[in-house]
Amino acid sequence: MTTVTDATTTAAVAGPPLRASARRAFLAILWRDIFVTGKEFWVLLVQVALTPVFTLFIFAKVLGSLNYVSADFGDLLLPGIVALAAFLTALQSVAFPLVMEFGWTKEIEDRLLAPIATDLVAVEKMLIATLRGLLAAVVMFPIGALVLGAAPWRGAGFPLLVAVLVLGAWVGAGIGMTVGTAVPPAKISIMFGLIFTPLMFTGATQYPLTQLHDLRWFQVVSAMNPLTYCSEGVRAALVPHIPHVRPWISVAALAGFAAIFTLTAILGFRRRALS
Amino acid sequence: MGPAVEVHELVKRYPKRDVNAVDGLSFAVETGEVFGLLGPNGAGKTTTVGILTTMVRATSGGAYVGGVDVLRDPVRARARFAVVPQRSNLDRSLTPRQNLTFHAAYHGYSRAERNARAATLLDEFGLIGQADTKVDFYSGGMAQRLMIARSLMHEPQVLFLDEPTTGLDPQARLFVWERLRELRGRGVTIMLTTHDMDEAAQLADRVGIVDHGRLLALDTPPALVRRLTGQTVLDLTVVAGAGDDTEKLLAALTELPGVERGEQVSAAAGGAGPADGATLLRLYVTGEPAALLAPVAGVLAGRSASLTDVHFGEPSLEDVFIDLTGRALR
Repeated sequence: MTTVTDATTTAAVAGPPLRASARRAFLAILWRDIFVTGKEFWVLLVQVALTPVFTLFIFAKVLGSLNYVSADFGDLLLPGIVALAAFLTALQSVAFPLVMEFGWTKEIEDRLLAPIATDLVAVEKMLIATLRGLLAAVVMFPIGALVLGAAPWRGAGFPLLVAVLVLGAWVGAGIGMTVGTAVPPAKISIMFGLIFTPLMFTGATQYPLTQLHDLRWFQVVSAMNPLTYCSEGVRAALVPHIPHVRPWISVAALAGFAAIFTLTAILGFRRRALS
Repeated sequence: MGPAVEVHELVKRYPKRDVNAVDGLSFAVETGEVFGLLGPNGAGKTTTVGILTTMVRATSGGAYVGGVDVLRDPVRARARFAVVPQRSNLDRSLTPRQNLTFHAAYHGYSRAERNARAATLLDEFGLIGQADTKVDFYSGGMAQRLMIARSLMHEPQVLFLDEPTTGLDPQARLFVWERLRELRGRGVTIMLTTHDMDEAAQLADRVGIVDHGRLLALDTPPALVRRLTGQTVLDLTVVAGAGDDTEKLLAALTELPGVERGEQVSAAAGGAGPADGATLLRLYVTGEPAALLAPVAGVLAGRSASLTDVHFGEPSLEDVFIDLTGRALR
């Protein structure tokens, strides 16, 4: 056993130097999450890529080659899948860990006790989830090209693409945190069925919103899903020849949803972090 | 230099509850002191520590750690204290060493500093050999040591520990106690919450007993024991003289000045009973028990009884605790 070091002795007498700043704490917490994401990169990849790969393969490739869907359905579907990947990855990145960390492992406590405002810990969680969502979206392009033979790309749509993906992932993170802080660990599977599945299938990922004239009620339901505007935005950016919601409307809707869910997420996080 | 920890008229009422979890609590812990907060389950200990560690919002009153108002400035307060919870909250995505280094990073330590401190503390806590495995492989005792090491990474002035040695084996328990005493020696203030009276008596300079959110008593463990029962105990193992019986002998002893009351202790209560023919008598004494030895010997000699063993006993902290908080289950 070594004896006491000088470093530890000074603490109580002089008081800790004012070394901690919110910025440094924020970056350290973010670095922790990036570090852990990097360590588990393959897990993340499997998590985010498998569903879209199969979706693309069955709906565009298999059904396309059997002539049940038209050959260019892939052009419509891939942008939707990119949007879905960004949205859902961000959502899951924050929802599941939060349910476990608040409900069971309490791992988050060490970060809640860092010298940083609790709200900023919540913001960091949403930021890392957004980054993971964007990573998933990027991965979808080569995967889509591999499955379909080609992925649509349009340089002119790039700024819009980035905008709707960032906003879409952020909204996903906000929803994930809102749900993750509201659901007890025992109900986690119910939450998956009841919330995530409807979100996935009413988000215009597999169909264009504006052409649902004959299914008016479904159009209305879809119009209330934030994911719809992400899908529509990505299509507007990459495949503008497919009818889509006007880009500024998509961006504005996503920004609105982002504001709402950032608020509900932070309130939910505060409620769980402080009693 | 003011107190290291201070609560003043602290009140916490959780929503939808009709009683206050903490109900006007006030006390102060001096710098470098080990302070034990005792109380039955639901007494308000955890809530009090929760408020002091910025995790629970107070309804009213004041709470200060290291001179910082934790209610007004929780972020600054967090740099001054550290928390070691009862159950592991280690980051299982990180190795033990990374648990320490990342903790220091959250607190703004440079890479060189945090690596050096982590190595020192891992060594000090006997974990250097298992510093780079998975946290999942750690036993309860190792996890507890790692959590204490982690809490020291940012050089806290005040350390809050919740049941620090519950569930640990005797070796780990002694190790943790030793480390805590060493920390006190360095001037770190330690506030522990516990049900373990032995632990409190061993470690704490002063003890506060709370129940129903209120402070019932606060003093050093010996003073608490003395003041609350106002007596010490003199255990006598005697063999009554021929023709005498222990009832009468006890009555005669109880009449001595300074003896408050006496009782015959059954063998079962006293563990191994006295030898054949001998009886264990317990006298509750108000003064100094040693001063009673001569009169007691006189009484015994007068009745031709023989004394085979004498033991000075003190009521324990546990007796005080039960006396103050009652026997009812929580």
